[in-house]
Amino acid sequence: MTDLIRLTDVEKSYTRGKEKIAIFDKLTMRIEQGDFVAIMGPSGSGKTTLLNLLGGTDRPDKGSIEFDGKNIEKLSEGKLTAWRSANVGFIFQFYNLMPILTAAQNVELPLLLTRLSPKQRRENVATALKIVGLEDRAKHRPRELSGGQQQRVAIARAIVSDPKLLLADEPTGDLDRTTADEILSTLQTLNRELGKTIIMVTHDAEAAKFAKRTLHLDKGRFDERELAA
Amino acid sequence: MATLLDQINAVTALNVRSIPQRGWMSAASVIAVALTITVLLFFLALANGLRATVEGSGSEDVAIVIREGSNAELNSVVTRDQLAILATGPNVAQRNEAPLISGELLVIVDGVKRSTGTNANMPFRGIGQEGLALRRGVTITRGRMFNPGTNEIVVGAGLLREFSGFEFGQTIRIRGSDWQVVGVFEAPGTVFESELWADIAVTQSLFNRPNVFQTMRVQLTSAAAMEAFTRWAASDARLEGLEILSERAYYARQASQSTQGFMAIAWILGIMMAIGALAGALNTMYSSVQARSAEIATLRIIGFSGWAAFFGTMVEALALSALGGVLGVAIAFLAFNGRTTSTLGSGFTQLVFKFDLSPGLVITAIVVAIIIGLFGGLFPGIRAARQKPQLELAAA
Repeated sequence: MTDLIRLTDVEKSYTRGKEKIAIFDKLTMRIEQGDFVAIMGPSGSGKTTLLNLLGGTDRPDKGSIEFDGKNIEKLSEGKLTAWRSANVGFIFQFYNLMPILTAAQNVELPLLLTRLSPKQRRENVATALKIVGLEDRAKHRPRELSGGQQQRVAIARAIVSDPKLLLADEPTGDLDRTTADEILSTLQTLNRELGKTIIMVTHDAEAAKFAKRTLHLDKGRFDERELAA
Repeated sequence: MATLLDQINAVTALNVRSIPQRGWMSAASVIAVALTITVLLFFLALANGLRATVEGSGSEDVAIVIREGSNAELNSVVTRDQLAILATGPNVAQRNEAPLISGELLVIVDGVKRSTGTNANMPFRGIGQEGLALRRGVTITRGRMFNPGTNEIVVGAGLLREFSGFEFGQTIRIRGSDWQVVGVFEAPGTVFESELWADIAVTQSLFNRPNVFQTMRVQLTSAAAMEAFTRWAASDARLEGLEILSERAYYARQASQSTQGFMAIAWILGIMMAIGALAGALNTMYSSVQARSAEIATLRIIGFSGWAAFFGTMVEALALSALGGVLGVAIAFLAFNGRTTSTLGSGFTQLVFKFDLSPGLVITAIVVAIIIGLFGGLFPGIRAARQKPQLELAAA
């Protein structure tokens, strides 16, 4: 398999007051196309920072991030935003749906950034909702949907523009076990049948079992054996 | 990629549609702007109505003669001799082989304001035989003109609407003499409607001002004749100390003096209230940005630009302010546009006029509302645009 993502000697730190807090120090890793990786680790280990770097919503202080063979860390803000909308789908713990929009309108949001016609957009939205099994809930607003259904809408929104990479930040953190398993099965299907590369941050060991592999992150470092596997 | 305009449209639609979720705060902001606009328009319409009434009173071809340096008729004196000399001037219009002139005397009498029941100064004007002919657009709408040499008066319709005690047919006692109200006249949109008129000779006699005139009106053959008449008067030593100007110029000067105060109050009060409304708008928009911080971060993560977030916030602020502006204009129209009121004119007498909300004032009010919206949206918009597209923020 070819690498979809390659991080090389990535350094990242934050300044809090006068204190400089190092998150990553020469982090190197690669993610293959079609992989489904669960990232686990204690709070403050750098999981969310890693997702932000991989998704182009943050930049490394040093080092390089390659996506599909192209460096993204030095792209201008505008180009990085455009790259993100074309290549990355995000799934959030609390779904982050727009409460005043219907499910279909929420799913359509990323397509408003494209040149697709309204008719094409409607077709793509219908397809995405069908994939997550919510074609009959298109006109419902988030408050009319259960937590699991809302997360499915969020997944439909993440895949509607057909990105190669899906980044999920605690996607089942707000759901009961049964619903969580349904959501994870959906992610598994997207990975297996549509070939989406998925990186999922989770605290839940049961959730991590749905991934092809699990990486443990602690104090900005991965377990070398897991990384090499 | 879609154009920035498409992104702005999408984010703006989201923001505007979510305004009901911040209903009370948005409503407070709209009301603050509406009140500002209403108060601003109150004083501007007052000043505009006053100016229109005073300025609309004068003719270009009627010369008014007053003592030099007199700001108002009450301070002026024109002697009978000067009156006679001026009547012989060049280009003075004639009727029945007599010059169209009117020596006039203005005295103050008491009236009662209908709305408050308080006493107020009424202008009582003695006019010459040609006084009515010298004033265009004046029509007797009830009764008749006073007869010369009698204790009869005619009353302006505007004065009658605002003040009591001068009703048609009544005999009223002023300074120890009885006067009969024999007519009502209208002169829409002029200061004349605020006056009582009587015969000049009777007025001089009963008010103990024999042979005293304060002003003189002279009908010239045309507006162009004004310059020659003025030049002629200036060359005659007997007329030294008199100022001659067209009636329109005289009232324009009066209007400027009368309206300056109202304009100053309008803008001082308007700006102070606008600052208050701006604080409200800023508060509303900062709250809006705060309440939508997760939404904004999510949209930024999905790929919407910071400009879209900025303009979305700006448009929301502008929409709320414009709504407040329209509401303020609507309140102003319903509450006071066209209503009659009175104020103390330059002659220390009451002047009746109407609030006048001109299209220009409405545009001014809307511009002020938009300025409030622009500043109210600017800084919150910048905050929205600077919101980083990061996952921990989207979870906020």
